[in-house]
Amino acid sequence: MEDIEQRATRDGFGEGLLKLGEENENVVGLSADVSNSCRMNFFAEKFPKRFFQVGVAEQNLVGVAAGLAVSGKIPFTATYSVFSPGRTLEQIRTAIAYNDANVKIAGHHAGLLTGFDGATHQALEDIAIMRTIPNMKVVVPADAIEARKATIFSAKINGPVYLRFAREKTPVFTSEETPFTIGKAEIFWQSLAGGKKPEVLIIGCGPVLYNALLAAKELEKEKIGVIVLNSHTVKPLDENKIIELVKKCGAVVSVEEHNILGGLGGAIAELLAKNYPVPMEFIGTKDVFGESAAPKDLFKKYGLEPKDIINAVKKVIKRKK
Amino acid sequence: MEILNSKKIRFLENTACLLRQDVIEMILNAGSGHPAGSLAMADIFSALYFYILKHNPKNPDWPERDRLVLSNGHICPVQYAALARAGYFPVEELKTLRKLNSRLQGHPHRKALPGIETSSGPLGEGLSQAVGMALAARLDSAVNSPRAKYQVYCVMSDAEHDCGNTWEAIMLAGKYKLGNLTAIIDRNNIQSDGFTEDIMPLESLREKYEAFNWHVLEMDGHNIEEFIGAANEARAIFEKPTVIIAHTIAGKGVDFMEFDYHWHASPLNKKQAEEALKEIKTLKGKIEETD
Repeated sequence: MEDIEQRATRDGFGEGLLKLGEENENVVGLSADVSNSCRMNFFAEKFPKRFFQVGVAEQNLVGVAAGLAVSGKIPFTATYSVFSPGRTLEQIRTAIAYNDANVKIAGHHAGLLTGFDGATHQALEDIAIMRTIPNMKVVVPADAIEARKATIFSAKINGPVYLRFAREKTPVFTSEETPFTIGKAEIFWQSLAGGKKPEVLIIGCGPVLYNALLAAKELEKEKIGVIVLNSHTVKPLDENKIIELVKKCGAVVSVEEHNILGGLGGAIAELLAKNYPVPMEFIGTKDVFGESAAPKDLFKKYGLEPKDIINAVKKVIKRKK
Repeated sequence: MEILNSKKIRFLENTACLLRQDVIEMILNAGSGHPAGSLAMADIFSALYFYILKHNPKNPDWPERDRLVLSNGHICPVQYAALARAGYFPVEELKTLRKLNSRLQGHPHRKALPGIETSSGPLGEGLSQAVGMALAARLDSAVNSPRAKYQVYCVMSDAEHDCGNTWEAIMLAGKYKLGNLTAIIDRNNIQSDGFTEDIMPLESLREKYEAFNWHVLEMDGHNIEEFIGAANEARAIFEKPTVIIAHTIAGKGVDFMEFDYHWHASPLNKKQAEEALKEIKTLKGKIEETD
């Protein structure tokens, strides 16, 4: 798997937005002085009248987008996740979510994949923040292709959607044919190691899901069968599918490039506590800030590598007994 | 546009008195609310809903309507009263302000009530949304027509100029030369904790806006004829957005409330409300006498 194509999910956003611009003249783009790094530049160059550069003013970015949305446009805002939702929570809450305004909030440079810029620019709380806002949907694409599909799909939904993208190039492991529907989780791996039932359900989202697949492959060598579920939509969760698979596996490991508090793992724990409690382990950052370093070194230090997932799987299996 | 003769002006003045009465009754009934700003803006809301705005209460979603954003959502009692009196919903419903299951939320909610363009209350973010609406109007204007489809009005408080978000929006409106945007500032000089110039000095507001490439008008916010003149001028200014700094008296129309910031968010008790209503009615009488 070393030679797999590497592309950033932000590139998928750029392609998707450009395509939407061609298909729908109501689609407009807004950026807060980061249109290039958020890959909104392709849209801006092709549709200059439908692109609004607001400068380094994220609160205004959100408000202007809400005003465009209640006037019939489909605005996409693009800035870094640490700024929106980070700096703009109240504007998102009131002007977008409470209004149920049709704004798509693209949160870029999310997670440890932001790398050398350090903790100030590594959003690790954005999923948790956005998940608690009524009317908001939260989507975390796993690779560049899925990012493009998610961007395009989000415009078909009438209402607010938060889309989370990463800066760093990461493996492209889905294809054009991989099914994608916001709100629908997809099984990406199912091993019946030695003909046994799968023992653990790994539920992940975002580029780190690739590490879950690497872990699953390793586990199969050790005759431990798992299912890997891509829950790219953190809200609304595909509840029926998750519960059905949890009943089959009897234990869960959540995998996300986000604080273990309040994110995908938190959402799944809430779902299972109410419906079908099973032992669960959480892969993610452990309520700490990141730091400056290469993404791969950060993944190692903060426990997001395949070996960390393997250990979590083994630990949760022990807890079943 | 309807001709503005003295009869129409008197009608608008009388309507303003009616809105003030509604405001007092609503806040008394609710047991909480923001009377000072609501009373200060009654004349302007009368002028807006009964003369200036291009709107249709029977078709609140008419695409070409003028938009009115109430950025300082806490003075919604006066907007609710104006909407009801204009025919958006029954006047009787004003009694439900702030009650469980009411469409009249303590701060306005777009999804709840016809005629509300956006939910508001948290200060400093209405102008951003008005800018978005003005940009949308421009995108929707006919090909080769320089005239936007509709005018966007944004009613703001003076104190929300403490917010950075407000200035971000002011700067952007200047950048895009939004001639179809009119901001109306209720310059009543009070806010929750005291007088604006003590809490966070705003002057010179005029020079600040001019520096941000806006056309600036200042007038007496209780002179309906002057305000309509300013709004007409704002509509005619094509090159840039216009701000109308409307100098008002907080609590206008009720002697014991005027100029007193303690009435920013204090409800009236029954006795105070009776006294207030008596004063407002007397004022109304004065207008009718001159007819």
